[in-house]
Amino acid sequence: MDLFLFLTFALIALGCAVNLVVQSHPISSALSLIGVMVSLAVLYLLLGAEFIAAIQVIVYAGAIMVLFLFVIMLLNAGVEERTRKSKLVRGLGLPLFAILLCQLAYLVYRHFRSAAPVQFGKFIGSTAQIGRALFRDYVLPFEVTSILILVAILGAVVLARKEVS
Amino acid sequence: MSPGGVPLSWYLALSAILFGLGVAGFLFKRNIITMFMSLELMLNAVNLSFVAFSYKWGQIGGQLFVFFVIVVAAAEAAVGLAIIISVFRNRGTLNPDDLEAMKF
Repeated sequence: MDLFLFLTFALIALGCAVNLVVQSHPISSALSLIGVMVSLAVLYLLLGAEFIAAIQVIVYAGAIMVLFLFVIMLLNAGVEERTRKSKLVRGLGLPLFAILLCQLAYLVYRHFRSAAPVQFGKFIGSTAQIGRALFRDYVLPFEVTSILILVAILGAVVLARKEVS
Repeated sequence: MSPGGVPLSWYLALSAILFGLGVAGFLFKRNIITMFMSLELMLNAVNLSFVAFSYKWGQIGGQLFVFFVIVVAAAEAAVGLAIIISVFRNRGTLNPDDLEAMKF
């Protein structure tokens, strides 16, 4: 069952990621990125990270991608223009890139081949554990995070504001 | 591989492939918003690695790192999209090839 779920959602994630790169309209790319994020959330659940899976859906797929979609629609971004097509790049680049990806995956696979298999329910990082670690060991980074968010909000407002002459 | 389990290396390989696709998107796309989305794809791929290693060592630290990465991604998306909006307002284009003001 684990294997079935993993393969299903890994394939969805891969297909959506390829679709993100291939599509020429930004809206299609954004929607496939949402697909990647949701299927990654399922994989997080399989790895026992329930809190991360929840905030992946809520913050990433919910908040950040909606921001992206808003900006795409605000700027009325159309189909991206193609640069001049080179035969060499088309014929050689794609296979070479596929080989690169396969090599990358194979190297990682070989390096961690002896690691114990992932079984659902064996390790659950519960939200209570995360909260305890966040407010005990990582309390300074957590507070710095709030300042970072504040700075980001101010920066976004300043940058996106209309110039008043 | 015991029955019912998925090798950890498959998760890491998936993460590597997603990261590679993100890099490809960042290099190939001709739209600054889509390049930005490829960046988010790379962050997601690294998050998957973090969670996988968190499982491997049975430690919660990897998941905390993912939490911080998501926070930074949110901040980065807000600022980055604001920059894109102001660039579009000043230049009227989203093609990164046309944004050459800082080119030497």
